Amino acid sequence: MKHDNSYTGQDFKVIGTRVKRPDGIDKVTGRARYGADASLPGQLVGRILRSPHAHARIKSIDISKAEALQGVKAVVTADDMPVPQGLPGDLAHMLENSMARGRALYDGHAVAAVAAIDAKTARKALQLIEVDYEPLPHVTDVDAAMQPDAPVIHDWIYTSGVDPKPEKPSNVVQRTEFGLGDIDAGFAEADVVVERSYKTEATHQGYIEPHACLANIRPDGSGELWVTTQGPFVYRNVCAQMLGMDIAKLKVTSSEIGGGFGGKTHVWGEPVALALSRKANRPVKLVMTRDEVFRASGPTSSTSMDIKLGATRDGKLVAARAEMRYGNGAFPGIWGMLSCMTSFACYEIANCKAIGYDVVLNRPKVAAYRAPSAPMAAFGVESAMDELAAAISMDPVEFRLKNASREGGQSHYGPVWGPIGIRATLEAVRDHPHMKAPLGPNQGRGMACGFWFNIGGQTCSDLNVGIDGTVTLTVGTVDVGGSRASLGLIAAEELGIAYEQVSVNIGDTGSLGHNDMTEGSRGTFSSGMAAIFAARNTIEVLRERAAKMWGIPVEDVTWEAGQAVAKGSAHGNLKPLTLKDIAAKSPKTGGPIAGHNEVVADGAGVSFASHICDIEVDPETGATKVLRYTVVQDAGKAIHPDYVEGQFQGGAAQGIGWALNEEYIYGKDGRLQNPGFLDYRMPVCSDLPFIDTKILEIPNPGHPYGVRGVGETSIVPPLAAIGNALSNAVGVRMHHVPMSPPRILKALREAEREAC
Amino acid sequence: MLTVRANGSVRNALDGAESVEVTASTIRELLTRLADRYPALERELDAGIAVAINGEIYRDDRDVKIPADAEVFLLPRIPGG
Repeated sequence: MKHDNSYTGQDFKVIGTRVKRPDGIDKVTGRARYGADASLPGQLVGRILRSPHAHARIKSIDISKAEALQGVKAVVTADDMPVPQGLPGDLAHMLENSMARGRALYDGHAVAAVAAIDAKTARKALQLIEVDYEPLPHVTDVDAAMQPDAPVIHDWIYTSGVDPKPEKPSNVVQRTEFGLGDIDAGFAEADVVVERSYKTEATHQGYIEPHACLANIRPDGSGELWVTTQGPFVYRNVCAQMLGMDIAKLKVTSSEIGGGFGGKTHVWGEPVALALSRKANRPVKLVMTRDEVFRASGPTSSTSMDIKLGATRDGKLVAARAEMRYGNGAFPGIWGMLSCMTSFACYEIANCKAIGYDVVLNRPKVAAYRAPSAPMAAFGVESAMDELAAAISMDPVEFRLKNASREGGQSHYGPVWGPIGIRATLEAVRDHPHMKAPLGPNQGRGMACGFWFNIGGQTCSDLNVGIDGTVTLTVGTVDVGGSRASLGLIAAEELGIAYEQVSVNIGDTGSLGHNDMTEGSRGTFSSGMAAIFAARNTIEVLRERAAKMWGIPVEDVTWEAGQAVAKGSAHGNLKPLTLKDIAAKSPKTGGPIAGHNEVVADGAGVSFASHICDIEVDPETGATKVLRYTVVQDAGKAIHPDYVEGQFQGGAAQGIGWALNEEYIYGKDGRLQNPGFLDYRMPVCSDLPFIDTKILEIPNPGHPYGVRGVGETSIVPPLAAIGNALSNAVGVRMHHVPMSPPRILKALREAEREAC
Repeated sequence: MLTVRANGSVRNALDGAESVEVTASTIRELLTRLADRYPALERELDAGIAVAINGEIYRDDRDVKIPADAEVFLLPRIPGG
């Protein structure tokens, strides 16, 4: 049955309540099973040998000594993972990223792997593998990689989107452009122009649980994979295609997930574990160390950008230009293009142009990280917005409000806006008590805005009614942040029953049709839509069964508040039948009662947020402390406010870490210098204040309940909010993220010298 | 006849054209006819294209009907984190 996904403005009974999440107890008592927590009889330990070079030709690999070691059951190299005929280009890149073929493209690139009876034997076997490398010139800096004399990483990359078409290969994958109007005319109108350059360093998602899986390929070629992932169906499709398997012969089960944030939308060691299992004919467990997670799973882009904004004296933004250069790691991506699409979304600017460059580097393959590419672009644009507001002596919130995007206006990336919340978030910030709280010496307040698209996608769910009237909802989107509770609320709302009557189950790839990943803030939006429709299908079955029990036409039966009601004067003596009544009789009225739905959940509503930050700077050391932080964001409809607030807080915390300390540091040798949490400084609880939140609800017209995704936007504003606060605290404008103590101290010293 | 506008890598695949004219009543028809005319679009279709019709973005549903006077934008498919 085709259902309408339009927002109807219905009143809710349980939606919006703060019920307990079903997975909470297992998670706080250690019973929840994560990627490394599965075992099978006879399982082996997998370990990967990684390149110590940033770029090197692999002249030969001798695995004979490792294979001969007692306890070693398999050794694999790229020879054991051939490229299947017809494998799409992006999957071929993933396969090569999983196991180097001919060249190691970055420090940490896998070159061989072993499966042995225990970890000690596996480690010893790795030492016995002899790799003959010929080091090659490397480049890890995005600006250096774009220079004409830079070492060219791939001889098959010819920049697209430039005219004339290049005759020589380079590291620039593509140039893309988005925008509106005539920027030259726009800047000619401007009374004041601010033009600045910015850099941001690469960061890692920093999920606490490393990549981990248990692969088991049977002698008949079928197999299973237990894995920490944001998308078991996509992992199944990708791994099966990469290894030349039939998709239906690989069952993937997602474990509980200890954080993903985009990093677990991509396969890393999983194809290697499957190849080892296939060769060893035994189950293989592969768990990455933290060093491997940093060196060989996808961080963000490192970036470099030039932002130019122009406004009239009365505060109208009349022109904007951004040129943004994004590192992609060792394989082509679209991260620079994405930065273009997010850069100016918050504002209505008649003349704007965003230009993006995607550039390959001798670094790990970049993966999505929560609103991918948007935080860096926002750092540049929102920092320049503050400077421009100051230059025309206008309050930064009022300046943003005056230029905020509005419903019916055209976005800079193309489509016309529907109902959007940027203006409402700014008004809420303007009126928030946080904005009026006093500040002390060396303390400053800043604010910034952020945007993310949100996505929908392919979704499939099942709803089954037990004979006791309890309900099991099975969904295919991994629960990364409390979605089981939200989806349970949705099923309860539709059926008119108590939340406690519903259990929510995350299905494996054998139990449901395809589901796209939990990415793009789509989990509750998409699976929520499928759950609504599955419940509505179930209600149709319940009505039929009630009609059968009563012996009346189904047209005379309605579903109201969790029970079947016989309508019409002829049925006035019939007592309503509850879900429990109908379920109890189901074996004799047609068998199991279930509802199913598969949907392409289009209609995801975009999301905007505005953040406020207070910071204190120690002028002697450059150390900073975030004193107070407030997130205001449009959620469409907050199904479960706790987990909406949790997403707001989590994104802000990650953004604060990115702004102040986190960075990939490469040596001149192209090797990562800080692949561990001691040297890669993520914030811990004691570094952060309580992050206050304010949920706004501007319904998304493309969802029956008005839901918008909420998971990503909150990481977009913090870099700029902190930069703006810092500038207001000590009078120095930071152009390089992270704004770590050494960089702040350097900026303070330079400012002192200039003042003398 | 629809006026279809494009940005980013999709515009690159349309030989840099800011807009093209095409007759189509569904997203499927639209993309098929454009791919016939611009072979480079095939690569973008493989990577994923989203179609915005009067502001609503469709990533996967190819059966959506396009009103005759609709504002139509082709966009690169957006990933998420």
